[in-house]
Amino acid sequence: MAGRTLYDKIWESHTVCMLPTGQTQLFIGLHLIHEITTAPAFDMLREKGMDIAFPERTFATVDHIVPTDIRSRPFLDAEAEELTQALEKNVKQFGVEFFGLESANQGIVHVIGPQLGLTQPGMTLACGDSHTSTHGAFGTLAFGIGTSQVRDVLATQTLAMDKLKVRRINVNGALGIGVYAKDVILNIIRRLGVGGGKGFAYEYGGAVIDKMNMEERMTVCNMSIEGGALVGYVNPDATTFEYLKGRPHVPSGAAFVRAVVYWESIASDPDAQYDDIVNLDGKEIEPTVTWGINPGQAVGISEKLPIPEEYADPDGAKKAYEHMGWQPGAPILGTPINVAFIGSCTNGRLADLRAAAKIAKGRKVKAGIRALVVPGSAEVKKLAEQEGLDEIFTAAGFQWREAGCSMCLAMNPDKLSGREISASSSNRNFIGRQGSPQGRTLLMSPAMVAAAALNGKVVDVRDYQ
Amino acid sequence: MSDIAKIIQVSGTAVPIRGNDIDTDRIIPARYLKEVTFARMGEYPFFDERFDASGKLKPHPLNDPQYKGASILFVNKNFGCGSSREHAPQALYRYGIHAIVGESFAAIFAGNCTMMGVPTVTVSHEQVELMMKAVEQNPRTQFIVDIEKKTITFGEQRIVIDLPETYRSALISGSWDSTALLRANLAQVKKTASQLPYMNGFAG
Repeated sequence: MAGRTLYDKIWESHTVCMLPTGQTQLFIGLHLIHEITTAPAFDMLREKGMDIAFPERTFATVDHIVPTDIRSRPFLDAEAEELTQALEKNVKQFGVEFFGLESANQGIVHVIGPQLGLTQPGMTLACGDSHTSTHGAFGTLAFGIGTSQVRDVLATQTLAMDKLKVRRINVNGALGIGVYAKDVILNIIRRLGVGGGKGFAYEYGGAVIDKMNMEERMTVCNMSIEGGALVGYVNPDATTFEYLKGRPHVPSGAAFVRAVVYWESIASDPDAQYDDIVNLDGKEIEPTVTWGINPGQAVGISEKLPIPEEYADPDGAKKAYEHMGWQPGAPILGTPINVAFIGSCTNGRLADLRAAAKIAKGRKVKAGIRALVVPGSAEVKKLAEQEGLDEIFTAAGFQWREAGCSMCLAMNPDKLSGREISASSSNRNFIGRQGSPQGRTLLMSPAMVAAAALNGKVVDVRDYQ
Repeated sequence: MSDIAKIIQVSGTAVPIRGNDIDTDRIIPARYLKEVTFARMGEYPFFDERFDASGKLKPHPLNDPQYKGASILFVNKNFGCGSSREHAPQALYRYGIHAIVGESFAAIFAGNCTMMGVPTVTVSHEQVELMMKAVEQNPRTQFIVDIEKKTITFGEQRIVIDLPETYRSALISGSWDSTALLRANLAQVKKTASQLPYMNGFAG
């Protein structure tokens, strides 16, 4: 029998039954919830008189809407206050463990799951947020879902799902200095397209991925959905087990040894069959910056912006130029910025802040540039402060904030205004994404954002190594 | 699931919204996700493309009086990419869109639509262009999207559509609202859970 992938193995062990529609009823091992996509789901449960099937497998936090400067209650934004209160009421009524604003465990849902050891290999996980694919870094099948599906997971701890195909993506060789996990995933999306992953789970491997730490793997898996893949994962290995050991929700002692045996068993077999295989060479990846209005519209720092007529989707490129206001054929290097944002579930972890601080240390943010560092969780903030990263950032002129999603999607007061251009370590450069319908976003690695903040324009971070 | 409507056909006039990779932030800006219910989402689809900062109308198909009352939406590739926000299909549905026809759809968006009883069906680029042109030339053109027969008919034309068989089955059998279907198997769910080693903390 041909070898099986991690996807096949977890799918099989979590299958409850085949539904009359032909879909599979899949058990969900962990459900993470937050304030934005859940309120109507709880309302639906109340309407139907249902309770939560497995309340002990559901964990809640607040991240999307929280202010990152003044967090006193009630929030200045009455809608944000109402939505937060709705979650507080729901978790209390339905008996869900909640990491609220005052909790040391509060933070972006995709940062705290791994940090607490809730996210584990060989598990299925769901959350009402498309970046749930982040958790795939642990060898977890993690699904971003809508509110009706949140309701289903609450009511049954299962989802009605269709099985995906698996595409193996090998990133071979090694990355150059100044090239980060963010550059890897931006290049994967650029190559395969923002819709290219439709119908696939992405399995990332190869020497570059093998060598990455867990935080880097999370960055890669996080943006799987930007490539159209609902699921992205990395097979668990010694790096994974080392990260998990000793975390609050990870078993210890003999149980940890048994856990590792299980985790090793669910990795893809060496002779696993894939529906597609793609190879990339790590040494060809440059620091990468998006120029358009989706994450696939990206170029290496030494490249020039594409000519629409020569582009895969000429109309899409024209629409992007119309919004961004650049000239086709111009270099991306030297593009001016107004705002620098370091944070988000893509790049708001300790390793990201360290990489950015290394660039910022002893230097100054260019006058007139608004620069924000928003840790991904209260724990990341605490650890960063223990290392003095906050002092490096504030001395350089960055604002040091409380944990949350912040300017990644600008549901809190952190927003672009007018035509501002943002150098951002987040995941989406969609029109209006950072809070201004006319605003413009350039996605890049946290180190590239820091370098852009110092110069007031896009520069090559390799000049700072 | 006898209390849920079977979605066999959606018929009516149509509105075209052109462009590939139209993301859910464009369909509904994040600030509207602060509302506690979906009740008012029908006021917001494509809000920032339809209104400027002062609330003045911008040129957009949804602002064009000739497409008023359309119940079918024509789109291009990878429609609904990005955020998983169900607010996006909720906004379109509550605005009056009851079926979406395009070249392809993002996975989470298509799943969300199906769970609301809104079919997302695919046709080729040439076919969607043909239908977009037909509706642009005569906005009163009546379309019938038949989920059971997998066709779209308008005038003398008949086009074969595609959608995942599982979605088709859920729609035409009236089991697209899956909670009751899933909840019926709770005993089996508990059995599956009990066989997963992490569910008891890897206790020997």
